Amino acid sequence: MDLLNLNPENASTLLSWLTFLPLIGACVVLMLPASNLRAIKIATGLFTFIPLVLATQMYFGAFDKTVSGYQMVHHFEWIKALGINYSVGVDGLSMPLLWLTAILFFIAVPASETVPRLSKSYFVLLLLLELGVLGVFVSLDFFLFYVYWEIMLLPMYFLIGIWGGPQREYAAIKFFLYTLAGSVLMLIAVIALRLDTGTFSIPELVAIGKAGGFTGPALLGMSFTTWVFWFLFVAFAIKIPAFPFHTWLPDAHVQAPTPISVILAGILLKLGGYGLLRGCFPIVPDAFYQFAYVLGILGVIAIVYGAYVALGQTDFKKMVAYSSVSHMGFVLLGMAALTEWGMNGAALQMFTHGISSAACFLVVGVVYDRAHHRDLNAFGGLAQPMPRYWALATIAFFASLGLPGMAGFVSEALTMVGAFQSQVGWTDEAIASGWMWGPFQWLTLIATIGIVMTAAYILWALQRVFLGTLNEKYQDFKDISAREIFSLAPLLVLCIVLGVFPWFVLDWMEVSVADLMQILTFAG
Amino acid sequence: MNTLTPNDYTLLLSVLLIPLLGYVVQIFVGRSLPRNGDWMLVGSMFVVMCITVYMFFVHAMGHTGSEPFWNESARTPGGPVFRWLYNTSNVPGDQNLIAGLLYDGLAASMLMVVGVVSFLVHLFSSAYMHGDRRYHIFFANISLFTFAMLGLILSDNILFLFVFWELMGFMSYLLIGHFSHDPDSPRITHAAAACKKAFLTTRVGDTCLFFGMAMFYFLLPREYNQLLEQGLIEGERALSSFRFADLWTMGGQIVEANHGEYPMWMTVAGFFTFGGTVGKSAQFPLHIWLPDAMEGPTPVSAMIHAATMVAAGVFLLGRMFPMMSPEVLQVVIAVGAFTALFAATIGCTVNDIKGVLAYSTISQLGFMVAAIGTGGLGLVAGLFHMVTHAFFKACLFLSAGSVIHGCHHEQDMQKMGGLRKKMPLTFLCMLICTLAIAGMPLFSGYYSKDRIIASVIDSTLTQWRGGNVFALVALPLAAMLTTFYMFRLIFLTFFGEPRDHHLHEHAHESPWPMTGALLGLAALGLFGGHFWLAGDPLSNSGTWFTNLVEWQNMYVTSRGGSLDLTQMNMVAVGEHAAHTGHIWAIGVSLTVLALGFLAALWIYGLKRLDPARITGKLGLIYETVRDKYYIDEAVNASVVRGTMGLSKGQKWIDENIVDGTVLGVGRIGRGLGTICAWIDKHIVDGAVNWLANTTQALGSVARLLQTGRIQQYISFAVGGALLLAAFHILT
Repeated sequence: MDLLNLNPENASTLLSWLTFLPLIGACVVLMLPASNLRAIKIATGLFTFIPLVLATQMYFGAFDKTVSGYQMVHHFEWIKALGINYSVGVDGLSMPLLWLTAILFFIAVPASETVPRLSKSYFVLLLLLELGVLGVFVSLDFFLFYVYWEIMLLPMYFLIGIWGGPQREYAAIKFFLYTLAGSVLMLIAVIALRLDTGTFSIPELVAIGKAGGFTGPALLGMSFTTWVFWFLFVAFAIKIPAFPFHTWLPDAHVQAPTPISVILAGILLKLGGYGLLRGCFPIVPDAFYQFAYVLGILGVIAIVYGAYVALGQTDFKKMVAYSSVSHMGFVLLGMAALTEWGMNGAALQMFTHGISSAACFLVVGVVYDRAHHRDLNAFGGLAQPMPRYWALATIAFFASLGLPGMAGFVSEALTMVGAFQSQVGWTDEAIASGWMWGPFQWLTLIATIGIVMTAAYILWALQRVFLGTLNEKYQDFKDISAREIFSLAPLLVLCIVLGVFPWFVLDWMEVSVADLMQILTFAG
Repeated sequence: MNTLTPNDYTLLLSVLLIPLLGYVVQIFVGRSLPRNGDWMLVGSMFVVMCITVYMFFVHAMGHTGSEPFWNESARTPGGPVFRWLYNTSNVPGDQNLIAGLLYDGLAASMLMVVGVVSFLVHLFSSAYMHGDRRYHIFFANISLFTFAMLGLILSDNILFLFVFWELMGFMSYLLIGHFSHDPDSPRITHAAAACKKAFLTTRVGDTCLFFGMAMFYFLLPREYNQLLEQGLIEGERALSSFRFADLWTMGGQIVEANHGEYPMWMTVAGFFTFGGTVGKSAQFPLHIWLPDAMEGPTPVSAMIHAATMVAAGVFLLGRMFPMMSPEVLQVVIAVGAFTALFAATIGCTVNDIKGVLAYSTISQLGFMVAAIGTGGLGLVAGLFHMVTHAFFKACLFLSAGSVIHGCHHEQDMQKMGGLRKKMPLTFLCMLICTLAIAGMPLFSGYYSKDRIIASVIDSTLTQWRGGNVFALVALPLAAMLTTFYMFRLIFLTFFGEPRDHHLHEHAHESPWPMTGALLGLAALGLFGGHFWLAGDPLSNSGTWFTNLVEWQNMYVTSRGGSLDLTQMNMVAVGEHAAHTGHIWAIGVSLTVLALGFLAALWIYGLKRLDPARITGKLGLIYETVRDKYYIDEAVNASVVRGTMGLSKGQKWIDENIVDGTVLGVGRIGRGLGTICAWIDKHIVDGAVNWLANTTQALGSVARLLQTGRIQQYISFAVGGALLLAAFHILT
């Protein structure tokens, strides 16, 4: 068990506290009278605030970013007969995302103010959702990972299905079934790995994978690791969502209430990318190396195609949803490139997109609360009655567009340059001829179309919503309120801080990404 | 080499930090400050100007010695550097990005120009924009715009140049769209469309630049290390870098090892990099955003057209010149020369006073780009023209702004006329700068433009190549048209009888901050090329710029020593050719100046020829030029509609094929469920029921026998026994 670095000073129950605080909160909220919504909101706020404080303390204090491997590990045997352990810990990949989770859930509470039919159960489900998400990020045991993954699913289903828009049931069922299909694939892969190696522990699986220790049989002409790779990949790709598994996302977003969209885009999608980095690539690195170009192609399709589809939308929220599809393509492209910058860019993109897309959904929520529709063509000139709103929206959307000086640029630039540096698929003849060009160079070139198109749909949307002549109907709109700014401002500040000082997250990730790169390039 | 101390770098850094701080303060509290905080930003720009001028005169101009003037803060012990990506030291050098300041002759000149012009534009704006609804926001934005340009100039690496480059694009978006928030503005929807168009069009170029940058970053050290392994280059292994000095070093070594040949990929990367210039410096065919950018307030136009934004593209060319292969340079010269001529023809037909200046800017940028493309002495000439152009074009725009201000926001020259007496100061300034842009000897524009013509002649004499020859024809023609349309502007606006008496009566000279700024810029337009009060004005051999920025010393490699451009992409011009070129250039310059002026005088000054007659004779040609060659329409019909079509098509695919598959799978699932349910109900459950029913039926039949009468049972038993006996006997 030395893989977990289980010495006494490294052990800590901090992560378990962090994970289960929302559960305690959910119990507290359950005990409160349903009629007293105010007390429920305060309690929820409190029980999302404490994890935020804890996560912030960990991010800046307890977490040592210079150390390789897992930290703050809490480990004991859980179901002895099946070899299932309760094993949690963080490294540089999960720590920033853990922090992001705590931030976004705290922000979601005040943002829930305008959700229709708000009730006690909403907040209970919200806290349960946080439990699931935090749990996935800290799990080091694949079975535990799977359990949290499933815990997350149900609250989300209800949150969309009960508090969503007119077609909420359709969207919720679509979301649930699609994700469940992925989970089943993951479960099969996990069981297969368990049968093959006798362990559920992710670090052990990684060590076995690195040593090429899987003995499972080939099936239908594909090796065991290839099967495991594709099962896990599809499971996580649905969550990202990678093309062509993305169509649940726009429906879910359009129907979900604003705070749920914020969490969905901000965190839940990152679970897919995180899952690939934690539970797929390092376990079967040889298969990953073999199919890296497929992932790169899927990533670029998502970038370009997502941007074009976003351009064609008339629903403001759907446009932002497709922009998520497009931006998450960078995560895939960066990972698949197998270069340091690409991998760092992908890991950072998860964080930066978490901030900027969450901010964009909050921005859309503000106008939806006032106009009760999201038709891009029906707005116009909103910057006149709402100048402060325009200013904040501009920051949010330009951060999403990847404007230098804001967070999105750093991760996209790292990803693009990293992808361009990729030598995946280079033939010896190409290298010898001096024409240093291969599949990823083409992919990067194609991905630049997506960058231009991103600017196109964002600027066009901004023009149609905010600029030009004001529609008389909207003359009396109140400017963005203090509560709305309270939710939005921290994200925008992070956008700019990360754009100017990207080391604010990159330093944390660097060691773990280097470890990951070592495992992956080992396969190549 | 390094002559700056860490303290000097701190001073340079404050040039960046002061406007940035001003922006932050202004955006949060500007509104509640007296006069909406304009004094704070004008004041901060004044400080910036003082620092840049001080730095320029103390360090750059005072620089003596044979060593190039070259300062990099990253190589100065104690100099300020910015660790961008990582703040830990354990990251390998090529993974991190450490940015520093670069202060060489080009940066020093440009920094000074931007400092001075920006301050004057700020000063002008404080009167011109008075009473605007979003006055404080305007000042904040224009201040950050200046910050971006200053940062771009001082960047020592191309990635940070790109960061500031894009930031400038963003600020131009906000500034061009300034009136898109103003319900009182009649052009509100136009402004909204114009700012989007500007950002998107330049974004196309920016993306090209980004890709070119990525190519250099990755492939340059790779190629270098390959040559190193083959023993063609001596030295240490190179790491990936964005720093200019490293790029030049590696590029120079690679080209040298290839005997002056550029590798194929460098040509490709050079084209992509040039794409950035085409977008930002409004070269054909990405020039379309610039005329629309007129929708911004006039001071913004002055900023965009003079010292910032469009100059950035030319500045980039200057920085990346050694990386451009001769093939790229041929394209550069062709694009530049074509743009110069093509925009000049449109400039002759425009009636909007700012429109004329907009096309004039495009045309002048074409001159700069073409000059740099000649690869000879034109490199310095083009950069020099960027500097002088910044002075006189800022002045021309602000003068036009003053005219518009005086005429109560009328921009049509056809309605003006005779304003000379009403606005004497404005007239004077505009006249000086018109002479400057026309290339009148002793005026700043002459020194740079003459050099451009000379370098085109030189390069054609040395190398008879398509691009050079084309430029040789196009540039003098464009220069002639420049003189023509500028004097057309002067005659239509300031001379003759007032065509709109109402307008004329209410016209007035502008308040002092505006005229003050105009006079300052006009002085620079006059003396900016050559401080001829202090020297021989007719000598064109040593102007301040050409003394400071010499192509021999422009590119200092990271090993020290300058790059020898003649071994790379620069055409070595013989002494004889240079002499011939110079003589010819003066002749050509003066001839086209005289021709252009006389034509304008004949038609618009003396009115000996009715312009309508000429346009009538030209017919379709005139209409085509007047309608800007229908390029906007063509772009709308092809690119914009094509993109929208693609977008709609992909949306359809997404909804019907991708999502359709998902829904199809769902339907199949549900269909299978229905079938299973049917099977379950009718077959599985049916079998069970059938069994039960059959059993029951059999039971019912059997029950018939169960009568309960003993006699019947006995008779069955006896009958059965008899049957058994019979069976036994028979077998």
